[in-house]
Amino acid sequence: MNIKVNNLTKKYGIQAAVDDVSFEVKTGEIVGFLGPNGAGKTTTMKILTNFIAPTRGEVFIGDKPMVEEAEELKRHIGYLPENNPLYEDMPIIDYLEFVAELQHIPSQEIPERIKDIIRKVGLNDEKHKKIGELSKGYKQRVGLAQALIHDPEILILDEPTTGLDPNQIVEIRKLIRELGKEKTVILSTHILPEVEAIADRILIINKGKIVANGTAENLRSQAGETETLLVRIEDGDANEIFTALQGLDSVALVDFANRQNNRFEVKSKAQRSSKRDIFKLCVERGWVLTEMTPNEQKLEDIFRQLTIN
Amino acid sequence: MRTIWILTKKELRGYFDSLIAYVMIILFLGFSGFFTWLYGSDIFFLGQASLRTFFGIAYWTLFFFIPALTMRSLSEEKRSGAIELLLTKPISDWQLIWGKFLANFLIIVIALALTFPYVITLANIGNLDGGAVFLGYAGLLLMSAAYIGIGIFTSSISQNQIVAFLFALFIGLFFHVIFGVLASASTGWLGGLFNYLDLSVHFESISRGVLDTKDVIYFLSIMFTGLYLSVISLAKRNLN
Repeated sequence: MNIKVNNLTKKYGIQAAVDDVSFEVKTGEIVGFLGPNGAGKTTTMKILTNFIAPTRGEVFIGDKPMVEEAEELKRHIGYLPENNPLYEDMPIIDYLEFVAELQHIPSQEIPERIKDIIRKVGLNDEKHKKIGELSKGYKQRVGLAQALIHDPEILILDEPTTGLDPNQIVEIRKLIRELGKEKTVILSTHILPEVEAIADRILIINKGKIVANGTAENLRSQAGETETLLVRIEDGDANEIFTALQGLDSVALVDFANRQNNRFEVKSKAQRSSKRDIFKLCVERGWVLTEMTPNEQKLEDIFRQLTIN
Repeated sequence: MRTIWILTKKELRGYFDSLIAYVMIILFLGFSGFFTWLYGSDIFFLGQASLRTFFGIAYWTLFFFIPALTMRSLSEEKRSGAIELLLTKPISDWQLIWGKFLANFLIIVIALALTFPYVITLANIGNLDGGAVFLGYAGLLLMSAAYIGIGIFTSSISQNQIVAFLFALFIGLFFHVIFGVLASASTGWLGGLFNYLDLSVHFESISRGVLDTKDVIYFLSIMFTGLYLSVISLAKRNLN
């Protein structure tokens, strides 16, 4: 099932939490919502799950309008809200049974389904506890389990890895990636490496607006990336090398990264690469090139560039 | 309908798992039993086999008992945020409200059913009027339905259970006492209006042995108004 959002606006008073947002998510795609706190990620997700109604705009799920056919469409969505609210005094199994019943799973299939999902999210050792007795990481798994129990075609996960330890984060990411092979997944996060690790496509939201939309590589080139190289050249005088590098045609700017080690930071001119020129220069002068690493612009920088203003 | 029952079942299980149901029922039976059989102008004072005393006492115990029962219904869901999980499942707002209502109502039914030994005892002592007993219970159930409606409404507007409890008592007090006082203090159509709004008039007319549709409509309209306002209050999440 695909998701299509047209000109979505949600106003709280006069402040727009989501401001004229349009995007599309194709079936089987994992899309990451990225944005600073209060950017409108959670509000968008609440509208997508029909918890709140938009002020303006429409949501189509599988080409059906959300507001009109909510009862039917909600059955195809698995949702993990931001703070993972659960009934603390309910045992895990009872809770999952309750959710399964609400999702209209036939009662003879429920025990099998619960067993299955408990294994899938790794709750097997804890399954006889009450939810309130679980640590945060395990609660998060219960939250995932309740979102997955009816095998929904669409998964909406609001910060699925908050509060987990590094091992658990890796496991949950793996699970989401696996699920994303056949399901449409939208997840939000403000952890950049996470979205790069899981998502096929990234939507950066800031102040209720989409400021970037594309794959990680896409975003890098959109941000007008220029090549930066870290170069180490031995067997020569640092100042002499500096001047020679600066004299190259393709080089925009040279800086000392570390003077003692003869390491330089070389910025190429826009749309050009200076790797070959540097190599040829070294051969010409008899210098030894011991290091040349491209310094990729990090997603962090793009993110900051787009969201700070 | 099935969805409502699933919600009711979960709610009932919650009440019994967390001891709330037991504590409430024991308190209700304790108070009612004490004042019916042991203290003051008790059941023996009447000199005839009638449960009138008990109905009069339950009329007051339920008044306090119901807000305490309903106060957490929606306020707790709102406070924990679990309401978001519930309403993003294939459930409508009305189904959720009916599920909550039914669970609370069933607790009251259970509590009242446990007073059935009173009926048996009295039937053994003297000549008990079965019709009066039946209508007395019907009156209590109708009154409970009305107060549960109010209680669910107040718990839908606050995340704080205490606020929900006190506000339900406050609204209830109007129907229970204040409209009656106002009715006796005013004349003309205003007096008539207050007299109509006074819950005790309708309760007494039923427990005196007249089951009038007017009285039934009175109780049910309070209940529906309460539930309707709860749904509106839930829908308010779309506005702010």
